[in-house]
Amino acid sequence: MPGSLQPEMLPGDPEPKPMTAIADEQGLTPEILPKSRRSIGRERRLRSLRASWALFRTSWIGLAGLVVLCLFILIALAAPLLVPKSGTLEAVTVASGSPRLSPPVPGYPLGTDKFGRSISTMLIWGAQVSLLVGALATVGTMVIGAAVGISAGFFGGRIDSLLMRLTDWFLVIPWLALALVLASILGPTLLNIIVVISITSWAFTARVVRAQALTVKSRPYVERAKALGGRNWHVITRHVLPNTFPIVFAQTILIAAAAILTESTLAFLGLGDPQSVSWGKMLQEGFNQAAITTGRWWLIIPPGLCIVVLVLSLTMIGYAFDQILNPRLRDR
Amino acid sequence: MSVLSVRDLHVTYHTGSGGAPAVRGVNFDIERGEVLGLAGESGCGKSTIAGAIIRLLPDKTKIAGEILLEGKSVLDMKPGQLRAARWNEASIIFQGAMHALNPVTSIGDQIIEAIVTHDPGSTKTAPAKAAKLLEQVGLSGRRIDDYPHRLSGGQKQRVMIAMALACDPALVIADEPTTALDVMVQAQVLSLLADLQSELGLSMLFITHDLSVLVEVADRIDVMYAGQVVEEGPAEDVFTSPVHPYTKALAGAYPLIGDRIYRGNPTGLAGDPPDPEDIPSGCAFHPRCAEAFGPCPTTIPSLAPSHDGRASACLLIEGADPGATTSEEVSS
Repeated sequence: MPGSLQPEMLPGDPEPKPMTAIADEQGLTPEILPKSRRSIGRERRLRSLRASWALFRTSWIGLAGLVVLCLFILIALAAPLLVPKSGTLEAVTVASGSPRLSPPVPGYPLGTDKFGRSISTMLIWGAQVSLLVGALATVGTMVIGAAVGISAGFFGGRIDSLLMRLTDWFLVIPWLALALVLASILGPTLLNIIVVISITSWAFTARVVRAQALTVKSRPYVERAKALGGRNWHVITRHVLPNTFPIVFAQTILIAAAAILTESTLAFLGLGDPQSVSWGKMLQEGFNQAAITTGRWWLIIPPGLCIVVLVLSLTMIGYAFDQILNPRLRDR
Repeated sequence: MSVLSVRDLHVTYHTGSGGAPAVRGVNFDIERGEVLGLAGESGCGKSTIAGAIIRLLPDKTKIAGEILLEGKSVLDMKPGQLRAARWNEASIIFQGAMHALNPVTSIGDQIIEAIVTHDPGSTKTAPAKAAKLLEQVGLSGRRIDDYPHRLSGGQKQRVMIAMALACDPALVIADEPTTALDVMVQAQVLSLLADLQSELGLSMLFITHDLSVLVEVADRIDVMYAGQVVEEGPAEDVFTSPVHPYTKALAGAYPLIGDRIYRGNPTGLAGDPPDPEDIPSGCAFHPRCAEAFGPCPTTIPSLAPSHDGRASACLLIEGADPGATTSEEVSS
């Protein structure tokens, strides 16, 4: 009886095709493939980029944010063409005898401060600082956060506990106090401000990335990559990082907004780079010149408004990104 | 020299309460060009053996015994040697191909990854080789740039097979390559594997719970129960005239299309395989065995060779050596 246990093919069962026949049908020779590979890849990336753009376009919030952000970037890039930088230097304006603490008048559309510097000129040059600090501090935050998060999640064990306790420490310590101390120790240069912001804001990113790295680590393709004989570095860069990247990316925009706000805060507290003009520093000077009590609104309203609008535009873009990257938030 | 030689292999997983012996003293050899089938229920230690061969088990797992891969002891390898041996000497076709491919990388890149990891100088030639491998497993070479989500389950499994062949390994371990595929696709994948095996003269370790599958592809079968080999012999013989009651139950559980007497009356096997942390005394199979008698709960049967290259571990079988160790002796 057991002799007949072998499974039988059904009469209609098609014989599986021999491999060579299938290959012939395609009329393909492997040699021609490598040439077209790169172009196929580029085409595909372009297509997925276009699809994402189409999705982004449907969100008016995101579009409005993008338009505002682009406007700021344009102004920052075109600053040297719009107004001379000398307009932000106290010595130059004092010497030229321009009106001091003047309310908006023709020639000085947003008025002047006590050194006779035009507020509009300073706003335009200040955009450069805010955007530069925002962009570079975001990169710094992402690099530190992703490195710590992936190492902790991927290696686990003692490395994980150690890195996560460090992260907890950075999470619970009042960031402003830490930033103040660091900024005054390192000295007020633009680079140091970027470093300070990166150091005080990576912890949350590290937490999120670690969570994602933990789930990616347990996927079978990571086991396969190890079975292939890949080193840890290879497994991390080829498999873990690409699969954690969406999470990192979704955060960048919001972190940029926070970084710009932090820069303004530090500058307002007198820890900004004295060599450069920034919106936060303009606020601080306005405050010192008793702008509120004397009613000199043009000293504080324009820079304050610029900060709010720039940060808001980034938040709006971030909101739209969230909807693109998180399919659960999409309307069906 | 055998491609793979396993001697007295013991694998104990680390658990909170001491340890779970998943494999308890397994011996087998795979000669060049031979296909060894490893059969048994879930949880009997089959996949653990596969993991032990390329050392992909959790860190705290204890592995004792000897595993010689192409004459080299796997258990004594340093991390660098181990990485070099993985995939070059032994590659794995994982169970559940759906998850063994990275969703954000094209299948071509993942095959190339295997080639380049072991031959860093082959970046230029690898794409052509990957395309050729794809055609060898019955896929069009043009699909090299496709992402895994564009492939069906059967196609993904073909990609996994192509990947397993990428480095011309001495041994291919197929760990339940047909689970999670429907019956038609199963048949196609099996015949593909059988074709490739005879074409390339592959040495294979084929792991499955489906005895009928093994009859088609394997030369010899080892049937495992509770971490031990209970029956061993040429594939046809083991399937058609099983000796051990467990093998009989496995063979009898397979439904036969067209057999009137058998129809609607497949004999199953009640119960579950034992918990590795709580293996029954004597013959581990005795609580579920239909033919258990007097000495079974106390005497551990040993794998006794019989005529025509077969062996089985059962006290019922003539020639089995009862009393190798008895639990009574141990306890008294």
